[in-house]
Amino acid sequence: MSEKNSTAEVIAAIEKNLDVTSPVVQLRKEALSDLSEKGLPGNKSEEYKHTPLTRLLEKNFSLSQSNAPSNGIDPTPAAIPFVEGNTVVFINGKYAADHSRIVSPASEITILSLRDALLNHQELVLPFLGKIADHKTDAFTAWNTAAFVDGVFIHVPDNKTVELPILVYHIHDVQSGQVISATRNLVVVGKNSEVSILEKFDSMGSYNGFSTLVSEVAVAENAGVTWYSIQNDKGNRYQFEFKQFQQARSSRVNTFTFTLDGKAIRNNLQLSLDGEGIDSHMHGLYLVGKDTLADNHTVVDHKQPNSFSNELYKGIIEDSAKGVFNGKIFVRPNAQKTNAFQANRNILLTDKASINTKPQLEIWADDVKCSHGCTSGQLDEEALFYLQTRGINKDTARAMMLYAFAGELLDTIKHPGIKEYIDTLISERLHKNF
Amino acid sequence: MLSIKNLQARIDDKQILNGINLEIKPGEVHAIMGPNGSGKSTLASVLAGREEYEVLAGEVNFLGKNLLEMAPEERAREGVFLAFQYPVEIPGVSTINFMKTAVNQIREARGQQTLDAVSFLGLMKEKMKLVEIDQSLLNRALNEGFSGGEKKRNEIFQMAMLEPKLAILDETDSGLDIDALKIVSNGVNKLRNKSNAVIVVTHYQRLLDYIVPDFVHVLYKGKIVKSGTKELALELEAKGYDWIKDQAAVV
Repeated sequence: MSEKNSTAEVIAAIEKNLDVTSPVVQLRKEALSDLSEKGLPGNKSEEYKHTPLTRLLEKNFSLSQSNAPSNGIDPTPAAIPFVEGNTVVFINGKYAADHSRIVSPASEITILSLRDALLNHQELVLPFLGKIADHKTDAFTAWNTAAFVDGVFIHVPDNKTVELPILVYHIHDVQSGQVISATRNLVVVGKNSEVSILEKFDSMGSYNGFSTLVSEVAVAENAGVTWYSIQNDKGNRYQFEFKQFQQARSSRVNTFTFTLDGKAIRNNLQLSLDGEGIDSHMHGLYLVGKDTLADNHTVVDHKQPNSFSNELYKGIIEDSAKGVFNGKIFVRPNAQKTNAFQANRNILLTDKASINTKPQLEIWADDVKCSHGCTSGQLDEEALFYLQTRGINKDTARAMMLYAFAGELLDTIKHPGIKEYIDTLISERLHKNF
Repeated sequence: MLSIKNLQARIDDKQILNGINLEIKPGEVHAIMGPNGSGKSTLASVLAGREEYEVLAGEVNFLGKNLLEMAPEERAREGVFLAFQYPVEIPGVSTINFMKTAVNQIREARGQQTLDAVSFLGLMKEKMKLVEIDQSLLNRALNEGFSGGEKKRNEIFQMAMLEPKLAILDETDSGLDIDALKIVSNGVNKLRNKSNAVIVVTHYQRLLDYIVPDFVHVLYKGKIVKSGTKELALELEAKGYDWIKDQAAVV
């Protein structure tokens, strides 16, 4: 099986560069062992059966090749206009201090590169790093844990509302050769605190780039975290991402994942609801064309009673693009009075577009409210005709309906600048001329 | 204004219109009545340009142009308006935005200047009074959660906004109580003038007490079998459709 060879190749490349003096060398060795045991997923893998990521990597990358050095790029074209925030830039997975700027006061928040935090703030990092995201059950997570170079470390003490969002830019410089990057984020938010984080992915150059990105997020009692992910990389980006939130009682997590471009994007998003009174919402839009593959696998684990979770993922798929959605909801035996809702709605615009969608609810408590719904179809022809009879041409009518469909995901975005930016992206993609 | 000659149309394998002939001049109101299945809604659909219906023969001339060759949006821009029997709900598309796009696309096609937000709102407020429609309904998504009466009033509101030359009301009275009927009819009547025309498709005579027709045509098995004035409608109300069916059988 080619996966075995690829796994071995990846492991060898990581071992060659392993820094044995690093405070996390033990974690990395453990992860390498897990990667070897688990192996990169092949055709028979249940979790990757619609997303042949390993095969795509084998076909498009030389897995043991080192990244070509970056001669410096100007990341300004990737920046989101008119949004004030803390800027953290990674180029090929390495922290670019020159292009980064922290503006929030140190009393409110600590924002560092993870490398820096491991050197100078170990006591804040080690209790959490590698403990939230399980690297035993997924090979790409194990790969990332063994090989991560850097990422953002965010620490918010108790009782702080961080006014400005943290804008994290992940840029691949693929001008002189392929890039394989591994980025690890750790976010620790104290009791009653609030913070917003946005990640954006871009490439400069036309070679292929593969990134693994694992984010571990510890959300303390009554804290709130909003996380935006803008996956609109017009280059040849392949990506595996795993974001895991660990939530204490009464905390709130709101995620927004917008997948608009790229070659193959796999998002694993997991919320572990470890307390009562939690209120969490996950939103996703995959608006994809050409041959993009957008895969969202979500897990919501209700471990305690009286919590609320709601998931809304929508897809607009055209050309020969492919959408995959798998939404798992676990409600543990003692998690009574859980409210857990999930909806996945898809519009297929062409014959070659496809969606594979699977809800998976495992409910062990008996006093709960849970629902799930998936739909997939074309645009409502009757509605299109109605708009045409009012003088609206067919293209505009389609754009109106698609924009209305996608627009629901913008409704709950609180930051006006970010909302406006994403609205603009969606409008342009839909050729909105009204 | 509208000249229909020998119009024949079918949907799937079923032929529904078997040769319609009709002439409509500006300023006129024509009622099309008939039993269920006679082809009333089909006629309205074919005139509006529904793709599901295949025209087999005949011509439709609107203001000197071949209507059948035009896409639905082109017909709207020429001045044809269909008030739907079952107006569809379109979640997420607000009535106001939709209306503004429609008005401006039509104006643009006619070489008129498009309206800015302020002018458009002014136009809207003026027309809202005509059909007694509330601003709150217009802020919502198109027809979403509207009652039957509200949907029909919304159709007439749109008619007021677009100022068509030929309005086709497809069973606008179905599902309406007497109060809603009066409001809708009142709106239609206020919009009438010497240069526009209305086709009222209806099963029941009741609507025609309020929108008084100049001509009444009875459709049966896809053909107009009898034409008359508003008295014909009263006769149908009194006698039902059976005598028409019998007469047609004899012929």
